[in-house]
Amino acid sequence: MKVIEVENLRKEFKSYSSRSGLKGAFRDLLTRNYKIIPAVDGVSFTVRQGEMVGYIGENGAGKSTTIKMLTGILTPTSGKVIVNGMNPHKEREKFVRTIGVVFGQRSQLWWDIAVQESFRLLKKVYKVSDQDYNEHMDHVIQTLDIEPLLDKPVRKLSLGQRMRCELAAALIHNPPLLFLDEPTIGLDVLVKLKIREFLKEINEKYKTTILLTTHDLSDIEALCERVIMLDEGKIIYDGSLEHLRSEWGRGKQIAFQFASYVEEPLLKQLTSDLKVQWTKGDKSNIWIAQITNHEHMSEVINRVINAYEIVDLAIKEISTEEIIRNIYEKGDARAAVDLKDEKVMANV
Amino acid sequence: MSKYLEMIRIRFLMMLAYRTNYYTGILIYSINIGAYYFLWTAIYGEKENIQGLSAGQMVTYVAISWMARAFYFNNIDREIAMEIKEGKVAVELIRPYHYLGMKTMQALGEGIFRLFFFSLPGMVIVHFIFPLKLPADLHAWSFFAVAILFSFIINTEINLLTGILAFFFYNNDGLMRAKRVIVDLFSGLLLPISFYPIWAQEIMKYLPFQGISYIPSMIFTEGFPGTDIYHAILFQAFWALLLVVPIQILWVLAKRQMIIQGG
Repeated sequence: MKVIEVENLRKEFKSYSSRSGLKGAFRDLLTRNYKIIPAVDGVSFTVRQGEMVGYIGENGAGKSTTIKMLTGILTPTSGKVIVNGMNPHKEREKFVRTIGVVFGQRSQLWWDIAVQESFRLLKKVYKVSDQDYNEHMDHVIQTLDIEPLLDKPVRKLSLGQRMRCELAAALIHNPPLLFLDEPTIGLDVLVKLKIREFLKEINEKYKTTILLTTHDLSDIEALCERVIMLDEGKIIYDGSLEHLRSEWGRGKQIAFQFASYVEEPLLKQLTSDLKVQWTKGDKSNIWIAQITNHEHMSEVINRVINAYEIVDLAIKEISTEEIIRNIYEKGDARAAVDLKDEKVMANV
Repeated sequence: MSKYLEMIRIRFLMMLAYRTNYYTGILIYSINIGAYYFLWTAIYGEKENIQGLSAGQMVTYVAISWMARAFYFNNIDREIAMEIKEGKVAVELIRPYHYLGMKTMQALGEGIFRLFFFSLPGMVIVHFIFPLKLPADLHAWSFFAVAILFSFIINTEINLLTGILAFFFYNNDGLMRAKRVIVDLFSGLLLPISFYPIWAQEIMKYLPFQGISYIPSMIFTEGFPGTDIYHAILFQAFWALLLVVPIQILWVLAKRQMIIQGG
């Protein structure tokens, strides 16, 4: 069953630019220069029930704008959005009953009153029966360990405490679809782990579909099998995290710490007939060999050890973070699109 | 419906959370009533009545219009503008309720709170200090009740209008301040409408403001002769309905071109 269906979604914003100087400021009073900037530029994807999807991208890539269109807050400039079988901004009031949303950066609890008063209001707002509420929320409150926080006003909670309460508040009506916009921003490891555990649990128990945006890739690694990667309003990758890793994180890295100074050309020369890329490490005398072909592993180590004296040696997998950084930084986005096309071909 | 009632309750709690506001409010209102009392007694001097209002009626007018203001006055325009400026409106829009409806209910919660914990005790105190002339028959009281309900509706509608304009201007502080002065002046809070020059009164006939303060206060002081009272209530009802139209139009436009500020 398709929970989210997005086709050619587009959202444009007018971006005003100020003229410089006093004269410019006066001219701005009358007419203003503006450019039309597409924040989301022809995005299409579908999400099935029970999926946990990571929606990632740099700041300003259009993640939040997409979420705001999917939740009915913003009206798309063009394109088709069907979520839970409804058009979010057309049937807003009916639609929002079927979703839960957590914005990591803004609170949806009432600041000056106790958490339980907010819960009580939301229970009324979503028309949750006492029985459903007790059955479902007792469990949520217990798992998130927020029982002792319920009678405190929100402004007295720490960020981690507040975030757990926010999550509980978003789940009062037990929605089949949950949007999390940077839910773990600024949280410590323990709270993060607790929140992840909890999300996994409700996903298993209720088949809750979860769409998650985050800058913390460990969230994605812990939760999502599928990632959608966004750059400048366009999707540059949509597929399994596994596939992304195997395609981009192919191979291993070997970090050599040499006993004395080593010049790069010599290293390159040493392994010129093998598929190895050398990069400088973050400490002196550390060089990292990037090896795409596993068969060359022992050969590379062999040659280096024989030629130089080394102090330390470490072999590591390329982390997801590094892969994604590579894709964005080195302008590999283009390649990533090719990769996506390849995948589409394979699906056909 | 129960969610709207719950919202009124929440607002009560919030008002109680800010006790200092409550106490300073009492102080400010007593100063205002006192100042206008002395001003008007000085203006009346030896005169029996001015523009058909006796000195006693005038004092009652001042007291009741400030007390009624405690009920109809609210800051939802400011709140809406702030929620828009800070992008909090996003959170409001993921709730299954009408944003403006909920804001109105919050305003009502605030109004009812002030009516019971502020205006009523205030009136009792003022009654002991100044020679008020309370209406004798139940008729005037019930008309007054209807009239201040309409005051609340009209004033809230005007607040909603100025608040929504923040969607288009992003910063409408100046507009809100202007609105506040205009409402205080043209509603008859500072000066009864009948004291204005004829030409100004003619213009004000076509504006909704006198429905906010002048009409309920005049009803309370029994200053309307004959059937004028019915016309006055009809005037309020007419504006209460008419103002829904621009609010609805602006709201639809606002949703279409909304930008959520701050990511």
